[in-house]
Amino acid sequence: MKKYILQSLRLTAVLLVLLCVIYPLIVAFAGSFSKGQGGGEKITKNGQVVGYALLGQSFTKPQYFWGRPSAVGYKADGSGGSNKGPSNPDYLKEVNGRIDSLLKYHPYLKRSDIPSDMVTASGSGLDPNISVEGAAIQIKRVAQYRKLNEKEVADLVKKTVKGPFLGLFGPSTVNVLELNVALDNLKK
Amino acid sequence: MNTELFGIVATYLLTLVIAIPLGKYLAKVFAGEKVWTDFLKPIESGIYKLSGINPKEQMNWKQHMKALMTINLVWLVYGFFVLMYQDKLPLNPDHNPAMSPDLAFNTIISFVVNCNLQQYSGESGATYLTQHVVMMFLQFVSAATGIAAAVVFFKAFRDKTATNLGNFWEFFVKAITRLLLPLSLIMAVILAFSGTPSNYEAKDHFISLQGDSVNVSRGPAAGFVAIKHLGTNGGGWFGANSAHPLENPSYFTNSVELIAQVIIPIAMVIAFGIFIRRRKLSWMIFGVMTIGMLLLLIPTISSELGGNPAIAKMGVTQLSGAMEGKEMRFGPAITGYWSTVTTIISTGSVNSMHDSAMPLTGLWQLLGMMINAFYGGCGVGMLNYFIYLIIAVFISGLMVGRTPEFLGHKVEAREIKIAALVTLLSPFLILAGTALASYVFTTHGNAAWAVQPKTWLNNPGFHGFSEMLYQMTSSNANNGSGFEGLGDNNIFWNVSTGFVLFLGRFIPIIGPIAIAGLLGAKKHIPESAGTLKTDTLTFSLMTLAVIIVLNALSYFPALTLGPLAEYFTLIK
Repeated sequence: MKKYILQSLRLTAVLLVLLCVIYPLIVAFAGSFSKGQGGGEKITKNGQVVGYALLGQSFTKPQYFWGRPSAVGYKADGSGGSNKGPSNPDYLKEVNGRIDSLLKYHPYLKRSDIPSDMVTASGSGLDPNISVEGAAIQIKRVAQYRKLNEKEVADLVKKTVKGPFLGLFGPSTVNVLELNVALDNLKK
Repeated sequence: MNTELFGIVATYLLTLVIAIPLGKYLAKVFAGEKVWTDFLKPIESGIYKLSGINPKEQMNWKQHMKALMTINLVWLVYGFFVLMYQDKLPLNPDHNPAMSPDLAFNTIISFVVNCNLQQYSGESGATYLTQHVVMMFLQFVSAATGIAAAVVFFKAFRDKTATNLGNFWEFFVKAITRLLLPLSLIMAVILAFSGTPSNYEAKDHFISLQGDSVNVSRGPAAGFVAIKHLGTNGGGWFGANSAHPLENPSYFTNSVELIAQVIIPIAMVIAFGIFIRRRKLSWMIFGVMTIGMLLLLIPTISSELGGNPAIAKMGVTQLSGAMEGKEMRFGPAITGYWSTVTTIISTGSVNSMHDSAMPLTGLWQLLGMMINAFYGGCGVGMLNYFIYLIIAVFISGLMVGRTPEFLGHKVEAREIKIAALVTLLSPFLILAGTALASYVFTTHGNAAWAVQPKTWLNNPGFHGFSEMLYQMTSSNANNGSGFEGLGDNNIFWNVSTGFVLFLGRFIPIIGPIAIAGLLGAKKHIPESAGTLKTDTLTFSLMTLAVIIVLNALSYFPALTLGPLAEYFTLIK
């Protein structure tokens, strides 16, 4: 028994060095050659960092495309979902409220035009994407607010759509931050 | 839509393409035959020398279990104190606080037992140091513990009669150097180049496009996320686990993480057949496991793609299915596949919030964890399956009036008793635990605890009951996923699930190893016309029937009160 205890202690110490020092340092070194140098890829506008490429952020102003509802208010240091069950009456009331508010800001919409991703919270609370339909319903509002041609905005959305992986696998999405930065750059 | 289903098929096929050769490789590694990774031998010799281990020293099954338990207890004590004092230790750039004693107790058990139930949130509850030397360290070694235990079990059936079952330390070290570490390195680099952070920079701060001030948690997550999946651990670097865009940046990485968590469990089944020179047996086992997976997967995907009927009534369009708690870049289809994979295999990492899944999806998730043997966790999946197999041998033996035998060894009263005890343990822990929690919730809701029991649940009614049932089931299965709405970071849940975790890990390891050790030491009886063959289609279906009947009998009443009742109220 005593032999096993000593062997366990020594083996633990050796493996701590191998797995917790050497391994992560190799990964960190390799990662320093990636796009964000291992710290996450950033998006800049006029030389100013305005966000991370992968992290959604809160958009509430009418001149921007809006992202999905977030249970944590897009807090990037406290991710999480709503964890509301599908039959929870308070939750269903909340979803209904989101539909009403979308209809208020987009009076030209019918209920059936709204895709459900625009009224349900994401798992991480930081979802950077919306569906193509979710972007499409906002084009008219954004164009009106920015006094832009609707077609011009629609073209920009089209350009931002990311199709399925390798054209074959998974859904099509729109990155909201990327789209909004492109919009801001368009104005000049 | 179709592209979402293609994604599932492609991901599963790619899993097999990697897992089958990996199984052949593992059989050779653990049999000590020549393999191309033998250039790592000097590193292993160095590890043995520094640790005072002689890898040639033979152990019987009891010595194996002593070695296993000793090193696991060392990790428990070591990790508990590091977590308690993490605020005072270095590498804490975000100045996160220490863990409370009950949280540290739960966390350390949870990581030692390969469960990774997390009652803390990675961004605020742990430091870069503890994420490395406690969480990530244990993700490697707990997976290696499971694999080494499975190899001991393989050894018992390789030769006709065996008492010397190899050296535990050798299996354990090789599981790391020949399997987990090289694969983790490859995967970590893939993740790092897909956007997962890998350096040690602290929280960042920026002003968003519309002018909000935002703090961003980061840290060396890439290496962590790799072993979290390869070792079927599941504990996330960030609170939202693999739903977090930095932990799982794209559809591509989602498939990589899905493949990573399934390859070792499947490879272990393949390796078993090659190792004991009975390939047909392992293909039969693989077949039963795959049918089991499909039986859970197909209804899961159908229930998720159908969307939430209550939201459908509001008149909005559910394009591809239910979206609450899910990420747009994955979509509901492959998220459904993930939820099946992560519950049948004891990973428990999530790329969506299971609490928000459709009621029937919750049912299949719970069943996957209750059965816990369709592929199953790293190494331990095979051990769990073996228990069902022994019960099936016993029942079929009785049915046809033959002495129950497995691979030429008589299965007698002692082995059956152990198998029965292990089988009864899961329902006992899950149901008694849930009953205790429900009792405290209903009759002592106003107890003057720091967190009042009546505030535990995030959802009313049947779904609230499911939250408690899920927590106990996940703990017993060493899964680690949760209906995360449950307010579980308090003394009741930390302590109760701590015990469930511990028992749910070690008894289902020691039980099967004991049976294998006892059987392996018995005299070998040559096969005759009277032998009950275990590698036939009939026997495989018998095993599947045993799995279904045992679990249905144990859990049907509890499942009726939770997900089934919710389902029927939702569609009415």
